[in-house]
Amino acid sequence: MPLSALDKKLAIVPAYNEEESVARVVAAISEQCPDFDVLVVDDGSTDRTAERAERAGATVIRHPFNLGIGGAVQSGYQYAQRNAYDLAAQVDADGQHDPKYLPDLTGALCADDQIDMVTGSRFREDAGYKVPRVRRTGIMLFSALMSLIVRQRVTDPTSGFRMTNRRGIELFARDYPHDYPEVEAILLMHAHRLRMREVPVRMSERLTGRSSITNPLSAYYMVKVLLAVVVGLFRSRPAIEPGGEAPVAAQRGI
Amino acid sequence: MDSRIQTIAVIVTALLLLLVFELVRRRRLMERYALLWLLSALVLLVLAAWTGLLEKLSGWVGIATPSNALFVVGFTFVMALLLNFSLAVSRLSDESKILAQQVARLDQELRAAQRRLAEAERGDFPEHAGEPTLVRQEETVGER
Repeated sequence: MPLSALDKKLAIVPAYNEEESVARVVAAISEQCPDFDVLVVDDGSTDRTAERAERAGATVIRHPFNLGIGGAVQSGYQYAQRNAYDLAAQVDADGQHDPKYLPDLTGALCADDQIDMVTGSRFREDAGYKVPRVRRTGIMLFSALMSLIVRQRVTDPTSGFRMTNRRGIELFARDYPHDYPEVEAILLMHAHRLRMREVPVRMSERLTGRSSITNPLSAYYMVKVLLAVVVGLFRSRPAIEPGGEAPVAAQRGI
Repeated sequence: MDSRIQTIAVIVTALLLLLVFELVRRRRLMERYALLWLLSALVLLVLAAWTGLLEKLSGWVGIATPSNALFVVGFTFVMALLLNFSLAVSRLSDESKILAQQVARLDQELRAAQRRLAEAERGDFPEHAGEPTLVRQEETVGER
């Protein structure tokens, strides 16, 4: 797939009570990457997130109540699928993900038509990103585990700065993990034999708000994701979709 | 088993059976969820009333006091019911997620359509280069 200006590109911005930063993020994307349409998925916010996003020029989907990050991101992919987008990227509403890397992601995705998803990794090179040691240990554990399962190096399995093509969009519109979906999404892609790679990015500190993974919850997070990964390995083969443009043959296990 | 305990056990399980039946009759409890309740109440009632069966059962598994066997059976049913509820809750939350996503998507499409209509009525036809058109969305719906 050549890098073409005709491709329809969508930036999915899941937002939950991010009125302080969402407008800045939307503006940054439309300014730096005018070829991207911006979709903000307002996941049942109780503040003025939807209003500010709309005023900043984004299309807004409003959930009637909070579904969690997985449900919000999936809504974005469903919108991308219904409106026939060729590429969809996930960008956090808190300002962690700098849209200036979107062309890097697009380039990496379009350069090789074997690749279905590109993830922006904080740890691919020494990008100088400081994370608390506890979280870093957790990320390293998942990194080792996921690398073992998908048999390629996954340095940043918890990064939500991702871009995927039509095949990824269709898969995620149909099936996307629930609570802390980034790690499980890698497993899902692997099970459907979609390929991924990483490109180095720098992430900035959050503009406002707090991470959805707060420290007391990290242990719960890790156990939950580990359970999901282990159970996922034993799940029966996902159904093979008829009529796919490429053999999306599902594969099970390690 | 002490006849007093037996009488109480029979009365309680019979009441439970009646209660479940009555709830189903008034459509307060769906048959789908009532089946396991009916089964547990029925089995407990049979075991409470039929002393010989309960004693034989206790003998087989090596429980000295037959009334304890009744507790074991009752507890097993409680566990089964709890698991049943967890399954139901999981399914319901999955369904409500799908509903919420669809409502949100329809809401967005409706607002976009209304905006286009208002623009058309005002007589200006701005370019919708990046934005999906209504026709395109209808095509997608038709394919499904």
